[in-house]
Amino acid sequence: MILLTRKADFSAAHFYWNPAWSEEENVRVFGKCANRQGHGHNYTLEVTVAGEIDAVSGFVVDLKQLKDILEREVVSVYDHRHLNFEVPEFEHTIPTTENIAVAIWRRLEGKIEHAKLHRVRVYEMPDLFADFYGEGA
Amino acid sequence: MSRVIVHFSRRYHFSAAHRLHVDALSEEENRRTFGKCNNPFGHGHNYVVEVTLSGPVDAVTGMVVNLSDLDLFAQREVLDLFDHANLNTLEAFRDRVTTTENVSVEMWSIFSQFAESKEYPQVRLERIAIEETGNNSFEYFGEGAGEAAFSS
Repeated sequence: MILLTRKADFSAAHFYWNPAWSEEENVRVFGKCANRQGHGHNYTLEVTVAGEIDAVSGFVVDLKQLKDILEREVVSVYDHRHLNFEVPEFEHTIPTTENIAVAIWRRLEGKIEHAKLHRVRVYEMPDLFADFYGEGA
Repeated sequence: MSRVIVHFSRRYHFSAAHRLHVDALSEEENRRTFGKCNNPFGHGHNYVVEVTLSGPVDAVTGMVVNLSDLDLFAQREVLDLFDHANLNTLEAFRDRVTTTENVSVEMWSIFSQFAESKEYPQVRLERIAIEETGNNSFEYFGEGAGEAAFSS
């Protein structure tokens, strides 16, 4: 079995806010991420798939197809968008890095032919990232 | 509490001096074993510590851990001690060589306290990775942690 990873980038705005809480509570828990004007990041997505090397093509998956799937399922939906307002899965879910990793897993699962989704890694910044292996998805 | 388990990683940077030297070995053995790392005046690195914690994504906050809690902990327990310090002078390395292997084990011990804190009962420490330079790095998954033997 081989693990193969493809990267993609998107830039998006977000903020953290729980509508059930007071403004004071939101600021206490989320700090500057609670600013409701939003702020933004250059996210890097790393999608790792697991599979066998095809004896004919030498591929685990066709990288062009994988790139197209990432573009269609994730980048075209998230890039240059406000995650809280424009991406449906974050209408009632706070777009933390953790939740973004889970959401991207759900978008990709079952869409990649000939390989199994192994890991979704989302970097919010180079020093901060979340990994999701599908546990409880 | 959600059962969706996510691994959350954060990188911290510190710059420190160290010298690889074991008192029980002769000067020559030290030089032979540790090479230029045994230079009596020490040398330094820009270290990067990558901490990975896993746990359920809290249904209310959307978080595994609150980053500001982890950053405060890392500042107090790691950076305040390690940054711009000489590792050989730290209590943790009184009886241990300041190899990055041993620094990794010490980081495991420190961040275990965060993972075991009352605020995060379901959070687990998964991995410590340390880059000593851009070209060498070490990973520790806690195997044998807490065994006193390794320090002697």
